[in-house]
Amino acid sequence: MIRKSWWKLLSFILLVYTCSYGFLVKVPSPPGVPLKQTIRNLFFHVPMWIAMMVCFTVSVVYAIKYLRKQDKVSEVYSTEFARTGTFLGIMGLLTGMIWAQFQWGKAWSGDAKQNGTAIALLMYFAYFVLKGSLNDEEKQARIGAVYNIFAFFMLFPTIWILPRLTESLHPGGMGSEGNPGLNPKDTTNDMRTVMYPAFLGWTLLSVWITTLRIRVQLIQQKKLDNE
Amino acid sequence: MNKLTRIISVMLLTITTIAAQAQTAVAEPEDFMHSNGKIYVVVAVVVTILLGLFFYVYSLDRKISKMEK
Repeated sequence: MIRKSWWKLLSFILLVYTCSYGFLVKVPSPPGVPLKQTIRNLFFHVPMWIAMMVCFTVSVVYAIKYLRKQDKVSEVYSTEFARTGTFLGIMGLLTGMIWAQFQWGKAWSGDAKQNGTAIALLMYFAYFVLKGSLNDEEKQARIGAVYNIFAFFMLFPTIWILPRLTESLHPGGMGSEGNPGLNPKDTTNDMRTVMYPAFLGWTLLSVWITTLRIRVQLIQQKKLDNE
Repeated sequence: MNKLTRIISVMLLTITTIAAQAQTAVAEPEDFMHSNGKIYVVVAVVVTILLGLFFYVYSLDRKISKMEK
């Protein structure tokens, strides 16, 4: 049997709900707003970023924990959460590019937020390059953890602060409403009944996948220690 | 054996593509799946993918649990 956890079941229920009712819920289509049906991407594209931020936050917490206690388990947690976070970021970027192709006419229009997230993701790529380039395990863990903290505190300026300072195609830029993730005018209460379950469901699924990776890593380490 | 499966799958794909192209000008039935701009077809596809994904993650979880014992 699998390790039973209520949240695994919850993520399943929430995502089935999201992926069925998300297509059927009435979406507003006010004149002058060209989003039309694509606003349903709110249930799929935006949760990628929410889940990414959760993963990176958990990752940095475990990085700090590692630096305080020097335990290997925290190191595994930190690395694997960063890995899932990076994957979700890539998925968010790709889905965003598909959306942009049909909404803004170009997959990449150098929008403040597109550039910002690309920079943030490159910093996390550098995290894995840095870790991979060090042979000594302890050094790898320690320098990786320190870099992780640095990357985390660069992530939020690039995705939340910088896009607000310039004009952006995303919501929340200079002169447009909302925050860099959402425009409250584009969402209705009906949509929120899908949006929040979607955020939670996708986040829980990514946590589930991460725990699988962590468990594999821990089994491998145990094997190495026994040899 | 592996090569054979590959050949068969390619042939099947070709046949389905041809068959898909052949379907033109058939009167649209008015049932549930065809209503609402056929959005329910997309719902069915997405839900199938989701079920498959969850089944995969679930079986991985089970396998890892076995390894931990």
